Order: sequence, then C-alpha cells, then structure tokens
Amino acid sequence: MVEFWWTYIWPVIWILLQILAIVVPLLVGVAYLTYAERKVIAAMHLRRGPNVVGVYGLLQPIADGMKLFFKETVIPSGANRIVFVMAPMITFSLALVAWAVIPLGDGLVVADINVGILYLFAISSLGVYGVLMAGWASNSKYAFLGALRSAAQMVSYEISMGFIIITVLIVAGSLNLSDIVNAQKESVWFIIPLFPMAVIFFISTLAETNRHPFDLPEAEAELVAGYFVEYSSMTFALFFLGEYANMILMAGMTTILFFGGWLPPFDIAPFNWLPGPIWFIIKMCMLLFIFLWVRATFPRYRYDQLMRLGWKVFLPISLAAVVIVGGVVLAFDISPLANAAASK
Amino acid sequence: MGVIDRGIRSIFLAELVSGMALTLRYFFRQKVTLNYPYEKGPLSPRFRGEHALRRYPNGEERCFACKLCEAVCPAQAITIEAEPRDDGSRRTTRYDIDMVKCIYCGFCQEACPVDAIVEGPNFEFATETREELLYDKEKLLTNGDRWETELAARLEMTAPYR
Repeated sequence: MVEFWWTYIWPVIWILLQILAIVVPLLVGVAYLTYAERKVIAAMHLRRGPNVVGVYGLLQPIADGMKLFFKETVIPSGANRIVFVMAPMITFSLALVAWAVIPLGDGLVVADINVGILYLFAISSLGVYGVLMAGWASNSKYAFLGALRSAAQMVSYEISMGFIIITVLIVAGSLNLSDIVNAQKESVWFIIPLFPMAVIFFISTLAETNRHPFDLPEAEAELVAGYFVEYSSMTFALFFLGEYANMILMAGMTTILFFGGWLPPFDIAPFNWLPGPIWFIIKMCMLLFIFLWVRATFPRYRYDQLMRLGWKVFLPISLAAVVIVGGVVLAFDISPLANAAASK
Repeated sequence: MGVIDRGIRSIFLAELVSGMALTLRYFFRQKVTLNYPYEKGPLSPRFRGEHALRRYPNGEERCFACKLCEAVCPAQAITIEAEPRDDGSRRTTRYDIDMVKCIYCGFCQEACPVDAIVEGPNFEFATETREELLYDKEKLLTNGDRWETELAARLEMTAPYR
C-alpha cells in the first residue's frame, strides 16, 4: 500500500501541485496584465485608466472576470457547435501548456526536457488552430477574415522567429532552455552579441501574439473584433486569457533567449540578493511594458506592409543572421557544441 | 549623403524609437482627465440642466399659467392645464415636463415672463426607469425649493445680458 502510494499516487499529486503553482500565478498575472495595459495606455493618453473599483482600481480585473463569468454564452445558430466551443479551450490550454518547459529559476521547471525550445515553438505554432477553428466555426464573414489574416500572419512571422532561434542555438549550443540560460551565465546575455536578432525576435513576437501594431486579425475598425466576434461570456474570456497568457509566454521566451532568464544583470552583491524567479519576473514585466508601450505608440500596419515586413525584410535578415552568426562562431572556433564534443 | 543618412536611420529604427520616446514622456506627464464623480468641471451660469419651478419669497408659486413655455417648446415636452384658484388667481393645476422629450434648449426659461420655469445647474438626474423622468408639477416645485439659492444667483449673474 505504501509502495503504491509512493509510486503512483504521490507523483500525480506532485505534478498537479507543480501545475497549480504555475497556472494560478499565471492567471493572476494575466488578469493584472489587462489592468496594467489599461493603466499604461491610459497614462500615455493622459487619461487615468480604471481607478474606481478598489484602491487604484486594483479590483477591476476581478470585476471584469465576474462580469464575463455571469454573462450568457451565445452560440450563433449557423455555428458548428462543437468546433465553436472547442476553439477557445484550445487557445487557452495551449497558452498554459507551453509553460511546462519555461524555467523560472535554476531547476525551477515542471518539465526539463532537452528539446524545450522546439516544444515551445511547436506549441506557439499550434495556437493558430484555435484561431482558425474559431473563425471557421463562427460562420461569420468577419470572424473568418480575421482567422485567415491571423493564420497567414502567424505563419509568416514564425519563419523568421525560427531562424533567430537557430542563431541563439548556435551561440548557446543547446535546445534545453535551462542550458541556454546557463550559457548566458558563462558568457554575457545574448542581447549583447545578438542585439539585431533580439529586436527582430521581439517584433516577431508582437506579430505572433497578434498585438499592435500587427493586430490585423482583430482590427476593430474593419473586422469588428476579428476571429472572436461571435464569442461571448466565458468563451470570449478564454480567448482573452489565452491571448494575454501568450503575451506573457512570449515575454518569458524573449527573456530566456536574450535576457539571461533568471540571472541577475551583474553577479555582484546587491543584484544577486534577489532570487532568480524574481529577476525572471522583473525582466518579463519590462518586456510586457514594452508590449503595452508599443501598443500606445504605433498605428496599425496595413496588411501588405505586414506581409512585406515579414517576408521581404525579416526573413532575409534572419537568414543572413544564421549564416553570419554561424560563420563567426566557426571562424573564431567558439562553437560550444564543437568544444563540448572535442572535450569528450 | 541623404541615402546613407536615411539608411542608417531606418536600420536603427530611429523613427520608431523617437515615437516611443514621445509616448514615454507623455506617460509621466500630469493626467488631464477629470476624476469625474469626485471632481467636477466648472459650469457656466447659463448651463441648462434639470428644470425647476420657482416660487416667490413669500412661498407663492410664480407660474400663472400663461402657457408661453408650452407654446414655445420645440419638443412639445411641456403640458399645462390651468384653472382659477379659490382666491380668483390663475394657477396651473397640472405642469408636466417629459424629460425624455426635452431637448434642453432653454426656450421655456427664455419665454417665461416671471422666471418661474428655469433650467438649473443639475445634470445628474439619471434614473433607473423611464417613468421617473416624466416630471410633474410637484417634482418641479420640489426641485425649485431645493435649488432656489443657486437658481437665484444664476439669474442674477446672467441678468445684465438679457
């Protein structure tokens, strides 16, 4: 009996606890990201933003959540019911599932798998299915157009993102996210040698998460709300949560790849007092602030401009980056992979 | 030179960065929004808000049912019925304003020869039902009593320009 407990029951409970420890703070983070977005954009518009519900409006996301929770879920009569209901669940669960491989600190990760970055990339590419299903199942022209745009956009920007990730891999010598961060501990944060790639990667994450100035899928001026026009109540809330969780995920990914994950900026006294996860969260918050800042600053791209940027600017640059970074690493014989192989 | 200059600017995203610097400066600037329910903007003494029927200082109602306001009202929101009172003076028995129809043009207060019907400074009289916005004489007189000090002051301020 005791053996049964330790081999079968306890691991399940342990994993569930780990999942809860990630998901609950993440959802709270998502809720407060919406609040932060409203506050930051309001401040940049010289407005005040939500300030009535609770102190400084801090209870606003909870009020919004309650409102959405108690609303009626409307399923359009022309919709494909099953796919219509599945789509938000897929979007939301994919946004959460990706967090399994994100290391919040040294060893603080649910699944420390060796192909972490491939997994992340695969999951973030799957996100487009939720969008496409929503657009198709809604049986509405606006939703369908939004979904088409979103699919095309995500596919275009994923390619340059992929190449930029390859440059990081060449420099770090591992697909394991923890190892990538540790490689930055030994050298410098990859933002310094790979600065242009970091900028392109960040802009691509904006496009990947359908954020301004690439929010064509939900361009409210043309498509009302894009692929989730027909959604209401909790189904809408799931899309919303998924979208914001994806933003946080992308900020986390950028942090790991370019900003040294949980590492303090300098490994000296006042900085390394703070534990790793705190640094990780601080860096993510800075990146998320830039997400919001960009939204408050730039107008929306036109669709052909968006495609031009993706295919004719970012793709060649990131391809060239792979060649140049690879060449430099080979020429100066600093490839971590080759060195590891040589030392064996 | 121009080409190189422009090339360098676009490679370093100079325009995007300057745009973001501008929004960041605005981020720290003083907010211009009025914190509405707690702060209110200044109102002109001619502001046309909720209606009120005024009384003379001795408590006698001013309105003597000339029906000029009813006649001038472009939205036909005012309904008046009148009868001689026991002491022989002409008074309204009914003075209704449909606040839903009213367009707050202020013609009624312009038309009134005795400053009986006036539009006060109050604009926060939203209600939960439509019926509550069908004001009768009693409601209008109560408004007049409640706002009298302010109404008199406003009339005095605007008097030189009438």
